[in-house]
Amino acid sequence: MAELTRPFPPGRYPLVIVGSGPGGLQLSYCLRRLGIRHAVISADEAPGGMFRRLPLFQRLITWSKPYSPVPPNRRPYDWYDWNSLLADDPSHRTLVPDFMDGTSIFPSRAEMERATVAFAERNRLAVRYRCRWTGTRRTEDGFLLETTDGEYRCRVAVFAVGAAEPWKPEIPGIESVPHYTEARPAREYGGKRVFIIGKRNSAFELADAMHPWARQIIMASPRPAVFSLYNRSPAASVRARYVIPYEDHLFGGGTFALDASSDRIERHADDWRVFATGTTIPRAFTFEADAVIAATGFTTPLGDLRDLGVKTFNRDRLPSLTPFWESATVPGIYFGGTVTMGAVGLRKYGLGSLSGGVAGFRHNMRVLAAHLARTHFGVELPRPELAPSQVIPFLLGEASGAPELWNQRAYLARVVTFQEDGRALDEGILPLQHFLDTGGPEAVAMTVETDDRGEHRPAVYVRHRGGVHEVVLPGDPLLVFDSPAHRRHLSEALRPLLPPGAA
Amino acid sequence: MDQRAEIVDTLAGLTLFADLTRPQLEAVAHTFEEEWFTEGQRILRQGIAGSAFYVILEGEVAIRIDGQTRSTLGRGDYFGEISVLLGDLPIADVVATRPVRCLVLPGPELEGFLLAYPRVMFRMLQAQSRRLQRTTQWRS
Repeated sequence: MAELTRPFPPGRYPLVIVGSGPGGLQLSYCLRRLGIRHAVISADEAPGGMFRRLPLFQRLITWSKPYSPVPPNRRPYDWYDWNSLLADDPSHRTLVPDFMDGTSIFPSRAEMERATVAFAERNRLAVRYRCRWTGTRRTEDGFLLETTDGEYRCRVAVFAVGAAEPWKPEIPGIESVPHYTEARPAREYGGKRVFIIGKRNSAFELADAMHPWARQIIMASPRPAVFSLYNRSPAASVRARYVIPYEDHLFGGGTFALDASSDRIERHADDWRVFATGTTIPRAFTFEADAVIAATGFTTPLGDLRDLGVKTFNRDRLPSLTPFWESATVPGIYFGGTVTMGAVGLRKYGLGSLSGGVAGFRHNMRVLAAHLARTHFGVELPRPELAPSQVIPFLLGEASGAPELWNQRAYLARVVTFQEDGRALDEGILPLQHFLDTGGPEAVAMTVETDDRGEHRPAVYVRHRGGVHEVVLPGDPLLVFDSPAHRRHLSEALRPLLPPGAA
Repeated sequence: MDQRAEIVDTLAGLTLFADLTRPQLEAVAHTFEEEWFTEGQRILRQGIAGSAFYVILEGEVAIRIDGQTRSTLGRGDYFGEISVLLGDLPIADVVATRPVRCLVLPGPELEGFLLAYPRVMFRMLQAQSRRLQRTTQWRS
C-alpha cells in the first residue's frame, strides 16, 4: 500500500531533480512556485541531505542569528540567517533559529536537519525517497535516468547530489586510513597520538573535538593553513571557530600544524608510521601515531555523468558549469545545491562564492528555477517597471540589504535594463558572469564585493554601447550604502543610461 | 593517476617552476586552484578589477584588446601577473580559444607566493626581461 502512495513513479517528466538535501528541496520549491512540473527522487529515506550525517562533531560554520538589525519577516534578514531555505510567502518560511536552543549562533547538525525536514513538511514538498539514481543515457529529446525503481525520462535533469562523498589523494598506504567521515567519537581517542592528514576545516574540526582527549595531535598537509581572519573568505579558509588547536600549535602545547607532504603510510600491529617531507621548511619526517585520519575532503558522486561527457575540474571533483549551473559540455544537464560550486564566477580578489553552503546555493536555486522556466518551459517572468527616479534608490537599497548580493558577493547581481522606449525594467537577480560575458541592451548590474583590504563596497557594472565598465562605489564603516555620496557616485555612473534629470 | 600527482608532474615540466623540489611543487599544487574553461570563455576581463594570476596547464588563449587579438599563449605560459603586480586594471581580455585548464592564484596572494618562492620570482623576472628585450628589438 505504501508503494501506491509514493510520489513520482517512474515515467516521463518535463524535469527531474535528483537529491533531497537543501539544494534539491529549494529548487523544487522554487520550480513549483513557477508552475514547472517536475519529479524529485532521492536515495535517502528522508529530507536533509548531508545534514543527516555531517558535520561529525561540531556545529555548522554558518550563522543563523535569532536577533539581528532587521526584522525576521523581511528579506534582508536572510543575510543574518545563512541556513534557512528561502520562501516567497511568509507562511512558507521555516527559520532555522526556531529550531535552535539559543546557546550558539551556529546551529548543530541535528537542529539543521530538523529545520530542513520542517521546510519540506510545511511546504508539502513531494520526494520519492529510497529511489537511487544508478545510470544516465541520452535520448532523442533529453535524458533517461535509470533508478532502483525504474526509468525516468526528462528533457532536463538537475543533479543536487551534494559534494559530500569521501575523497582521498593517492598516497601509498592511505587506503587503510579512515576518512574524516569514519572518525570515532572523540573520547575513543583518549590518551592516543592522532595524526590528521589535512589542515582545512574538517581537519581542524577533528582536532578541536579531540583536543580534550588526545595525547598528541599532528595535522599535516603541503600548504600552510589559511584562516578566514586573514583572507576574509568564509568559503575557502579555516574558520575562527577552529582556531584553538592552532593557538595550541603556536604555543607549543602538544598540537602541531605542519606543512608537510605525506609520502607513505604504514600500518603496524600497534601503531602507524607516516613518512612525510616538509614543504615550507625542507626536512624528512617520520611520525608515529596510534590513529591516522584522512581529513582530505570530499567529491561529487557524479555516477556515470563523466561517460556522458560531463567535464570535471578541481582534481576531478566538480563538474565544470556555465554561470547558470549547466554542464559546460552537456547541455540539459544542470546541477543544484553544493555542486553549483562548479560555476566558479569571477572570484574577485580571491573571494569565492558561498555556493558550497546553503547560504549561497539557496539563492542560486531560485535563480536557476527562473532560468529553467524561461529557457526550457517558455514561462515569461514578470519584469517590474521602475520609474527613472526609482532606479538609483532601488539599486542602492539592494546594495545595502539584498541577501543575494551579500551572500554571493561579486557572484550574483541585481540587474536593471533600459529599453529603447525609455522604460527601466527590473530583470531580477542574475549571475554577474552572465551579465559581463553576454551582450544585451543598455543595463546596469549592482553587486557587493570585498576588496583586497577587506572593505565591503557596492560595485556596479554599466553596459553601454556594447561595452561594460566597472564603477566601484565608496564603502561605509556601518555598511550603509545609500548616503548622498553613494547617490552622487551612482548617479554619475548611470548618466549615460537615465533620462536627464533622473540621474 | 591522481590528478594532483599529475598536476605536480605537469608543474615540474614548466619553466616557471623548474627550480622547485617535489614537496615544494606539492605545496604549489595545493596553493593554486585548478579551473577549466570552455572554448570562447573569457578568463580575464579588460577593465575589471580584482583579477588573478593564471598558469596554463593545457590549451590556448588569445590576448584581446578592444576585441582585437594581439597574441596567443599556450601550455606553460602565464598571464594576469602584470595587473596584479601593478595594482592596475587588466588592459586586455584573455579568452580561451580551445578548452583551457589553468592553475589560478588570487591576486592578493601573488606577492606572498613570490616572496616564499624566490626562484619562481627569478624565473618570472627572466621571462619579463625576454619580453622587454623582444619589444625593444622590435621597436629599434
